[in-house]
Amino acid sequence: MTHTRRLQLKTIPLILICIILGPLGNVLLGKAMKGVGSLNSAGILDLVPIVPRVLMSGYIWLGIACLLGFFTVHMLLLTWADYSYVQPASSLSYLSITMLSYLLLGEAISPLRWLGVAVICLGVFVVGRTSPSTTGAPKDA
Amino acid sequence: MREAILFFFIVVAGTAGELCVSRAMKSIGEVHDFSPRSILSFVLQALRLPWMWLGIALMSLGFFSLLAILSFREVSFVVPVSALSYAAGAFGAKAFLGERISANRWMGIAVVCLGVTIVWWSRR
Repeated sequence: MTHTRRLQLKTIPLILICIILGPLGNVLLGKAMKGVGSLNSAGILDLVPIVPRVLMSGYIWLGIACLLGFFTVHMLLLTWADYSYVQPASSLSYLSITMLSYLLLGEAISPLRWLGVAVICLGVFVVGRTSPSTTGAPKDA
Repeated sequence: MREAILFFFIVVAGTAGELCVSRAMKSIGEVHDFSPRSILSFVLQALRLPWMWLGIALMSLGFFSLLAILSFREVSFVVPVSALSYAAGAFGAKAFLGERISANRWMGIAVVCLGVTIVWWSRR
């Protein structure tokens, strides 16, 4: 097995974990915050009962745990994989967050929103394909 | 209105926080050794830097704004819109860290902004 092949064998599963864990964390935060009541018109004093309710919510801590896990795996990946490889791949997380919001939170996703999400993925992919200049890699065209 | 302010905090404070942390990290220098002992000394070193604390404060502001907005908006709306951080990050990295942003990268950022605009239209 070549070196590159072996690297891919551990890189791709970890990227998949990132693409699932990060969005899952955000979905859980969303689930928790929907349960505590809207802060849209809340005044500063309304925060007094809401903050303990947020802290007592299991979903919030589960969400934070997922985000910490995501952060750790992401840092781990970046110790050997190029940022310019990881970043375009993680643009897929915008698709997975939309799918997870649909599946786990039952949010209705209009075709317009799917289109917007796809365009964002494309944009993040393009951003990521440009090489970071600090590594001394050839400048991108 | 409140929604716009919260998005502003998520995008601008969150990104500014990351830039501050990045600046703090760069001043420490590259980490070569991943033994627990050197990681501990690295963390202690980082916590002595004012940039680090400013960064943590700004990122916290961004995180709490995210929680607040999630209490009344859909996840599938909030997270894509917060992709505007790519634009904020590019402007910030150029102005504050002196990084050079290539034409391709600006193009990608423009595409992200277009996508965010489309998602914004899908707002109910």
